[in-house]
Amino acid sequence: MSNQHMPLWEVFIRPRNGLDHKHAGSIHASDSEMALQAARDVYTRREEGNSIWVVRSSDIVASDPDKASENFDPAGDKVYRHPSFYDIPDEVGHM
Amino acid sequence: MYSQGLIGADSQTEETEEFLAAFQQRIDREEKIEPNDPMPAGYRKTLIRQIGQHAHSEIVGMLPEGNWITRAPTLRRKLALLAKVQDEGGHGLYLYSAAETLGVSREQMTEELLSGKAKYSSIFNYPTPTWADMGAIGWLVDGAAIMNQVPLCRCSFGPYARAMVRVCKEESFHQRQGYELMSALANGAPEQMQMAQDALDRWWWPSLMMFGPSDSDSAHSDQNMKWKIKRFSNDELRQKFIDATVPQAEHIGLKMPDPDLKWNPEKNKGQGGYDFGEIDWSEFWRVVKGGGPMNRDRIAARTKAWEDGAWVRKAALAHAEKRRQRQETSKEAAE
Repeated sequence: MSNQHMPLWEVFIRPRNGLDHKHAGSIHASDSEMALQAARDVYTRREEGNSIWVVRSSDIVASDPDKASENFDPAGDKVYRHPSFYDIPDEVGHM
Repeated sequence: MYSQGLIGADSQTEETEEFLAAFQQRIDREEKIEPNDPMPAGYRKTLIRQIGQHAHSEIVGMLPEGNWITRAPTLRRKLALLAKVQDEGGHGLYLYSAAETLGVSREQMTEELLSGKAKYSSIFNYPTPTWADMGAIGWLVDGAAIMNQVPLCRCSFGPYARAMVRVCKEESFHQRQGYELMSALANGAPEQMQMAQDALDRWWWPSLMMFGPSDSDSAHSDQNMKWKIKRFSNDELRQKFIDATVPQAEHIGLKMPDPDLKWNPEKNKGQGGYDFGEIDWSEFWRVVKGGGPMNRDRIAARTKAWEDGAWVRKAALAHAEKRRQRQETSKEAAE
């Protein structure tokens, strides 16, 4: 058995033009070409998309989940960020 | 696509009560747990084992059907079987990748399967001697798996739930092609009818065992329900499967191999359901622990595939490394 690990790649698929690529899962492959091929075989057997991105999992930099509450504070006190904070006369209509 | 009640779960954990309570509150609020979130060691361990077993079941599950691809009676049946077996390989890979987010490596999982440390669904340790077995597997084994898997789409662990959504979408064709195949045989010549009945006789009880031990004997079931790794008990799912499947058998004129099977209008809170005979759990444990007719064959086939592929993996890695070095040299030369 080989002890050398096959690199892990994250797979992103665009379901059709006009939409974003979305994370679908991961795949093991020795290089980018193999990764694309494996991603196609594993994640697009039923018209799931028309474009694939693969990126080495080790190249992804992620935010710290422990800091999620401070990083992604809902900012409930910053009401001025919302359109309803501002008074517009009714006569002006929809804005 | 195949799952089975978790075999040999050990969901013990040793964290502070505050931590466990906070985690439980997240679960109770139906928040999904994502890979980098803090989680009890027992939760992680249970999921690694369950997703691993599930993935292994998909991979080993390719073998009993792969056995018949070259001998499918028509091109239509052959295409369906090929597509189904390919799906199972894909499902195994989705699941391995979900398990890997918890910090276990693919190599480690493969080694545990081959060494016998990790289990897979006991159903694949039964042989497939006739073509009707392809029908019985699709109809019953995939049918039982769907019962198990649909609630797993709402599992508290995000990557597992997402993999299950993908799997369930692809699964329904597996069961339908199996039932159609059985139906064709059951409506065919007397010999074909006999072949279908024989397959049902052999697969019915092992399919019921796929839901795992009875709730009263399933020690860790409670904790897994609390953590919302599973949503229904083994016995509830088994009952649902029986109630759904018995009329399907009747419809194509096949007889369930259970003399105690009887409609009971009182069951399921008055909605009615089938009473059924005693399941032979000693057979289940014997097969899980390696004593089934095909255990050795299945692991031998997986080991052979892994070993025969070793040079390919090695060559692919060497090729990638060589290309990387070449690219670096040409970059340096250009600078």
